[in-house]
Amino acid sequence: MQPDSLGHWGKYGGRFVPETLMAPLEELTEAYLTSRDDQAFQSELQYLLQHYAGRPTPLFHAARLTEHCGGAKIYLKREDLLHTGAHKINNTLGQVLLARRMNKRRIVAETGAGQHGVASATVCALFGLDCVVYMGAEDMRRQALNVFRMQLLGAEVREVNAGSRTLKDAINEALRDWVTNVADTYYLLGSALGPHPYPLMVRDFQSVIGQEARAQILEQEGRLPDVLVACVGGGSNSIGLFHPFLGDDGVRMIGVEAGGSGNELGQHAARFNTAGGGRPGVLQGTMSYVLQDDHGQVAATHSVSAGLDYPSIGPEHAYLHDAGRVEYGSVSDAEALQAFRSLSQLEGIIPALESAHAVAHGAKVARALGRDQIVVVNLSGRGDKDINSVREQLES
Amino acid sequence: MGRIDKAFSELRREGKKGFIPFITAGDPDLETTGELLIELSGSTVIELGVPFSDPMADGPVIQRSSERALKNDVSLRQIIELVRTVRKNIETPIILFSYFNPFLQFGLKRLAAEAKAAGVDGVLVTDLSPEEAGEFDTELRANELDMIFLVAPTSTDERLKLVADRARGFIYAVSRAGVTGVRTSVSDEAEKLVSRMRNFSSLPIAVGFGISNAEQVKDVHRYADAVVIGSAIVAEIERLQGATPNIGKFVKNLLD
Repeated sequence: MQPDSLGHWGKYGGRFVPETLMAPLEELTEAYLTSRDDQAFQSELQYLLQHYAGRPTPLFHAARLTEHCGGAKIYLKREDLLHTGAHKINNTLGQVLLARRMNKRRIVAETGAGQHGVASATVCALFGLDCVVYMGAEDMRRQALNVFRMQLLGAEVREVNAGSRTLKDAINEALRDWVTNVADTYYLLGSALGPHPYPLMVRDFQSVIGQEARAQILEQEGRLPDVLVACVGGGSNSIGLFHPFLGDDGVRMIGVEAGGSGNELGQHAARFNTAGGGRPGVLQGTMSYVLQDDHGQVAATHSVSAGLDYPSIGPEHAYLHDAGRVEYGSVSDAEALQAFRSLSQLEGIIPALESAHAVAHGAKVARALGRDQIVVVNLSGRGDKDINSVREQLES
Repeated sequence: MGRIDKAFSELRREGKKGFIPFITAGDPDLETTGELLIELSGSTVIELGVPFSDPMADGPVIQRSSERALKNDVSLRQIIELVRTVRKNIETPIILFSYFNPFLQFGLKRLAAEAKAAGVDGVLVTDLSPEEAGEFDTELRANELDMIFLVAPTSTDERLKLVADRARGFIYAVSRAGVTGVRTSVSDEAEKLVSRMRNFSSLPIAVGFGISNAEQVKDVHRYADAVVIGSAIVAEIERLQGATPNIGKFVKNLLD
């Protein structure tokens, strides 16, 4: 489904930004739509996705995990095998080509888990562009390895000490930088969030996940899967997997939010948990579900996974949620940590903590289904970055 | 004629230029805010900030001010009540200045009605573009409240026209690309923007963002109808921890 010309999916999406950014967003939208239809742009992107990032990624039948669950056949879409270790590179490659077309030499980005920051620093190194990454102080602590990776790649990582010192606050700072330096700066937003055209553009760049998975499952199984499962922070890996299947009525889709440590506001990052403080609102440029108090102040969130620790969700997800096309569930910190270990030991794959949420939920779903059913779980990233924080969690 | 229109037509008649201070409601507390509103009642219009947890268009000074107010659990309902109380004593136009979410969660229809009844004259929503403002604007119009729109140096002529078609009260011209906060000079972009805006609208134009001293005020008054000062006053409130008469003195010095 396509949004309207101002980026609305139903009542969600749009552009809620200061006037200074309105004309630059119009310009960006035009540049993106022109590039999307441009053969040379698409060929360059295809080349980089294949020969630099390592696409296509495998669709792997996880036989021991399947056996362990004793239900549906589980496949893993291996985005963790991409260059830089997560699906984020699909989007940063697309957007950096766009930035070059728009003659912007300076890139700003935000990062939560550090995966988008690393992917941004990587493409900036590749094209010789200046790169500034904003990252919450709390995230810098729990993702120290990725901070060093970004610095090695030549990016400047700026620590954000405002608010909860996580992804939300990093986005505020990146927006403040962009609004100040808009003439020569490109804002490389990493998720399907923010003002139009970002949710559309990021979805399009990530849809390669679902396009490949669809062709691969047809080749390996001769039919479409029964269920797709992906974790949802801002929602880029999930919308990338889901989007090419939206027209396939028989395919169930489940987005997995961070259930954190409890159901109270502040203990989780499950935006569709309406009893837990999630309801429609406006944050950081878009109308979507937002975790907030009665007065519209945005709530603190918690998740063991920095990449899912965000109080809002991409507007297309809000639309798909209300339309009933995609189901959303949540997985607790403890369940995610358990899945992190299970996948490591059963398949020899250490997943990112974000992706471990999808694995945990995928396993739950598979258990309830028959052996003739097929579940595809998006393994959005690898877990090397999380080794230290998992060790802390397991020892505490 | 509403209070805002009246204030500006009076200025024009007297050949004077206007002054619009911004303060955050509840910083350091609501009682002090009430005193400040009275202290600042000689202003053309007062912008009363409704604190929001994620002020993405604001620099550090107003961010800290919002945090202080939110620590006191200041709510929009209390702020409207404060205006109702102060309105008994002053005629100065007051506009509520915030981000969209606190207004949206309060309920746009309810807000328009209650704000009007309390003596609020308009609203300015930093992150609400004219494209997204339709529903709120309808409610405000129904209650004869003004929606104040922003224009920026990056705004195209098409966008200036869009704002001109919807604006009431006055137009707020942002002096430069960036967040709120004190700057040593006002960019010449501001003057160009005001002159471009005058091609499309005869409404008064106020210039804000980065203005902090008497010299800058004088310069802006040369080409605009009013000057907005926010961060410089909020920084004084932070420094003096709400010693109201001194804030009044600080403001007077800016205007001399």
